[in-house]
Amino acid sequence: MFLYEQDPPVPSAKSNVLRFLDVARRFPGRTAGAPPFTAVRDLSFEVNESEFVSIVGPSGCGKSTLLNMIAGLDRPSEGTVSLHGVEVVGPNSSVGFMLQKDLLLPWRTVLHNVEFGLEARNMEAGARRERALQELKRCRITEFADRYPYQISGGQRQRAALARTLAIDPDVVLLDEPFSALDAQTKLILQKSFAGTIAVAGLTTLLITHDLSEAVAMSDRILVMSDGPGRIVDEIEVGLPDRDNPIARLAMPRATEIVKHLFHALHIDNRLDA
Amino acid sequence: MSNEADTTTRTRLPLRVFSARAVWQSGTSAPAASLALAVLVLLAWQYLPPMFGVPKYIIPRVSDLWNEMIRMWFQENLLRHFISTASMSILGFVLGGLLGAVAGYALGLLPTWEKVLSPYILALQIAPKVAFAPLFILWFGYNAWPKLIVTVLVVFFPILVNVLQAMRIMDRDLINLARAYNMSKTKIFLKVMLPYSMPNLLAGLRIGATLAVIGITVGELVGGEIGLGYLISFGQGQANTSMVFDAIGLLTVIGVIMYWAVTSVENRILHYLPRAVGAQRSP
Repeated sequence: MFLYEQDPPVPSAKSNVLRFLDVARRFPGRTAGAPPFTAVRDLSFEVNESEFVSIVGPSGCGKSTLLNMIAGLDRPSEGTVSLHGVEVVGPNSSVGFMLQKDLLLPWRTVLHNVEFGLEARNMEAGARRERALQELKRCRITEFADRYPYQISGGQRQRAALARTLAIDPDVVLLDEPFSALDAQTKLILQKSFAGTIAVAGLTTLLITHDLSEAVAMSDRILVMSDGPGRIVDEIEVGLPDRDNPIARLAMPRATEIVKHLFHALHIDNRLDA
Repeated sequence: MSNEADTTTRTRLPLRVFSARAVWQSGTSAPAASLALAVLVLLAWQYLPPMFGVPKYIIPRVSDLWNEMIRMWFQENLLRHFISTASMSILGFVLGGLLGAVAGYALGLLPTWEKVLSPYILALQIAPKVAFAPLFILWFGYNAWPKLIVTVLVVFFPILVNVLQAMRIMDRDLINLARAYNMSKTKIFLKVMLPYSMPNLLAGLRIGATLAVIGITVGELVGGEIGLGYLISFGQGQANTSMVFDAIGLLTVIGVIMYWAVTSVENRILHYLPRAVGAQRSP
């Protein structure tokens, strides 16, 4: 608390939605008597209303641990994770998360998949359906509403997964490498599609990615994590226009500079093992 | 005009070559070939054994089988035996399937219990269940229980193992997704686990459907006075080979009908799987 008084006050007109305060997560050692394994430590950061923040870092830096703690599937060993000032102690329906795998249920049509998240609530079937259709429209996949997941392409499946994620009206959207399983072209198109949807809806978003240019193209702010145990080593304000159009953004010279900076920050040039 | 006609004939020629293959692939000629094969085998069965001097009590001819079938219908109350075996098979299948599925889901949800019980499950799975039939007769006497219990046991394990397998390979991320949506455990089971395990459950039921007939038959062979299995052992005592053949044939019919019933249910339920659309419906 004293630290905040000494530091120059951070200009945050918008309230923060998500907040990590000195969070650490340790897991018991594999064998009895082994020291506990620290996945992440000293994590402190905030994500503001309608902000798009990316987290980049080497594999195994605890990004999934971080995500699980926000979703309430896991709890920190130290510190607190809070949403709108309320500590996260278990799963809650104000977080929408999306993984590399689309996690669509193969036995449901796209429409029914989008309804899935709403079924946890006591919602009337008609209202649920209407809500799902609205979301399909926003993610531009209305024409595939009655298809089964195997009948649509990888990019369309991810759009359906986004629609399902957004259908529950989450306060914060967590994207865990949602584009990494796609081919290069689909990836660009989908990034643009997601960026547009997120910008229009004004969603608070946390993107976890390996792809440095993706982070630069899509976010307002980038947090760089180190590996073993994961902590934040760098923070970059992207400060570029066109957040809703990643392709246009990547063409800017400043974008290339940031990617280069990230490249060095992660020591990718002198890493031998991956 | 003439030029136009020329091109149509030219394009038609390779089309015809392809159409033969198309007919084959469309699945109309494969059943026809199967039927032709059946006719050939029946003809060979009818005429080859007498040509080589094989006596009727070793290999009865097709016409003998038919005559015996008619005789059994009128004199041995064949319908009663057939219905007994069929209904007991179905009953055993349904009971074994239900118990197997319930046990599979229960053990899948309780991994600790599964670990404790898994060596015994394996042992019981390997043990030839039909060998228990005499034991059950000693315990329960000459009634319907021994064969029913044998059948339930025979059907139980493949379904248990299949369901358990599905619960083990379940995508944890799917469960986590449902948990993150704040779904209750019951809802997660009904909306994620149960449908996820459906292909495995149905594969188990498909195996179970064929095994049920075996279970009942063994029970009837070992001790009973009704059913097609009883007719087999009766026919054997009388050196009535035709009777044995006929009963085997009818048992197969029961098995095939049960298998077919399960597959058609399976195709209906698993319509969302890409392979179920073309590959499984063709036969």
